[in-house]
Amino acid sequence: MLRYTLKRLTSLVVSLLVASLVIFLVVEVAPGDPASYMLGINAQPETVAALRAELGLDVPKYQRYLAWVGGMLTGDFGTSYTYRTPVAQMIADRLWVSLPLALMALTLSTCIAFPAGIYAAARRGQAGDVAVMGATQLGVAVPNFWFAMLLVLLFAINLGWFSAGGFPGWDNPLQALKSLTLPAIALALPQAAILTRVMRSSLLDILGEDFMRTARAKGLSRRQALWRHALRNALIPVLTIIGLQFSFLLAGAIIIEQVFFLPGLGRLIFQSITQRDLIVVESVVMLLVFAVIVVNFIVDLAYAAVDPRLRQRV
Amino acid sequence: MSRSLTLGAALTAVFVGAALLSFLWTPGDVQAMDIAGRLQPPNGDNLLGTDHFGRDILSMLMVGARTSIAVALVAVGIGMGAGVPLGLAAAARKGGWLDEIIMRGNDLIFAFPSLVIAILITAVFGPSAVNAIIAIGIFNIPVFARLTRGAALSLWTRDFILAARVAGKSATRISVEHILPNTANLLIVQGTIQFSLGILAEAGLSYVGLGAQPPTPSWGRMLADAQTMVALAPHVAVIPGLAIVLMVLGLNLMGDGLRDWLDPRLKEIRT
Repeated sequence: MLRYTLKRLTSLVVSLLVASLVIFLVVEVAPGDPASYMLGINAQPETVAALRAELGLDVPKYQRYLAWVGGMLTGDFGTSYTYRTPVAQMIADRLWVSLPLALMALTLSTCIAFPAGIYAAARRGQAGDVAVMGATQLGVAVPNFWFAMLLVLLFAINLGWFSAGGFPGWDNPLQALKSLTLPAIALALPQAAILTRVMRSSLLDILGEDFMRTARAKGLSRRQALWRHALRNALIPVLTIIGLQFSFLLAGAIIIEQVFFLPGLGRLIFQSITQRDLIVVESVVMLLVFAVIVVNFIVDLAYAAVDPRLRQRV
Repeated sequence: MSRSLTLGAALTAVFVGAALLSFLWTPGDVQAMDIAGRLQPPNGDNLLGTDHFGRDILSMLMVGARTSIAVALVAVGIGMGAGVPLGLAAAARKGGWLDEIIMRGNDLIFAFPSLVIAILITAVFGPSAVNAIIAIGIFNIPVFARLTRGAALSLWTRDFILAARVAGKSATRISVEHILPNTANLLIVQGTIQFSLGILAEAGLSYVGLGAQPPTPSWGRMLADAQTMVALAPHVAVIPGLAIVLMVLGLNLMGDGLRDWLDPRLKEIRT
């Protein structure tokens, strides 16, 4: 297990390093100099040069890369070109919207997918199964931002139960949760459809195993065998997908945040891209990639801890 | 042929047909504005109504289908064009340095949240249909590379490959002449699925303004334009969205149906 952990850890570090390099290069080749963008087209060349020096843009690229990576290791993400505030602070503020949103969506999608998947698997080939599978086909085909618009049309405009967008802040937690509800539903639906399919097929695989026949032969009812033996074994692939979905939801919220005018990480990326606030763009993207890579790493380790066979396959 | 294959193929054919037809004829002019007749609900003159500039929505959908299909198709082409050779090469030298590099590179691309990177690429290099294609296409490469490698690895252990090696064929020739044709079914099915994901991705990108630019109609931007009109005229938001859903649904059903049809053994395993 130690060897496996070390090997995975090395590949984690290498992935993060390569990712940071790719992000830095992509953002750096972007046309448009932040300093001249901030000062407008009438700025004097000397002023631009002075601002470039102030922002630290005049040093060679590799030094800026090293400074950026080194800073992130110590929790210092640099200072936003546009707002002159620490990037770490800006990200932290936005995370208070994006993270609860992703968690709400993940909870919702899990709460829908578990019962639906179990129900469909237990009634394989029957009307209930066909209905659930049909619904999931529809679920994966619906673009979440369009579904979000329909939710707004129905629940905000016609029924007036929710506000159509915006975020009141966490001073009033109930209001805040309420404003995240429609976005969370919109995000959760396609994910729930995928998770339901995984849950169903994973359960079906297990139901065909010999030990399930043994369980039935021992005298357990179908229901008992399902709950006591099948479910536990079927959870492994389901957990991977849940792990993947969390990072996906964090990043995938970008478009939904646009629909509901939520001040999350997605809005921050768009804003900083249009303002050429390169350091913010780099840091937010790096943070999202970091989240994906680390979640995958944790899922891998958790597996290997549960199932020793997986340690062989590195 | 199963019901899902028939239904899926029919839905897909309708949209592809509409896109092709739009080159020759559309019910209205997609660039002609008619402010007096704006936001009309579906009626005799405009079968699917008009948008906030009074343009005919059916015509815009037809031309928009062209954009969606072109973007998704080329993105699948990029994914297959680069991914399949990489997968074949990795399988031919399993465990070698090339295999290692290709698979690690794949893992890395998978680690990037695709939407974020697509947004980054289109934002950095300027929003356009071409950049959207590249952004979506890049993420198709590891999908096809991994699929091809997996399928090819199991083929390499088969007797007919051994026969080809005994006959003195090189690894490259075996890959092209024997491995590739035997992975074609899988690639077609995966291609259909990636195609539908491409349609969704294109819609998302053009919804946030990073896809095809005006005046080229695109489904995603029709939805973005509709967002502020949703209370006044729900049909401008509902109709383009339905088009996306039906097209994606059609492709997914076709993919499922093709898989069962091309490889009946899978069906027995699955049900």
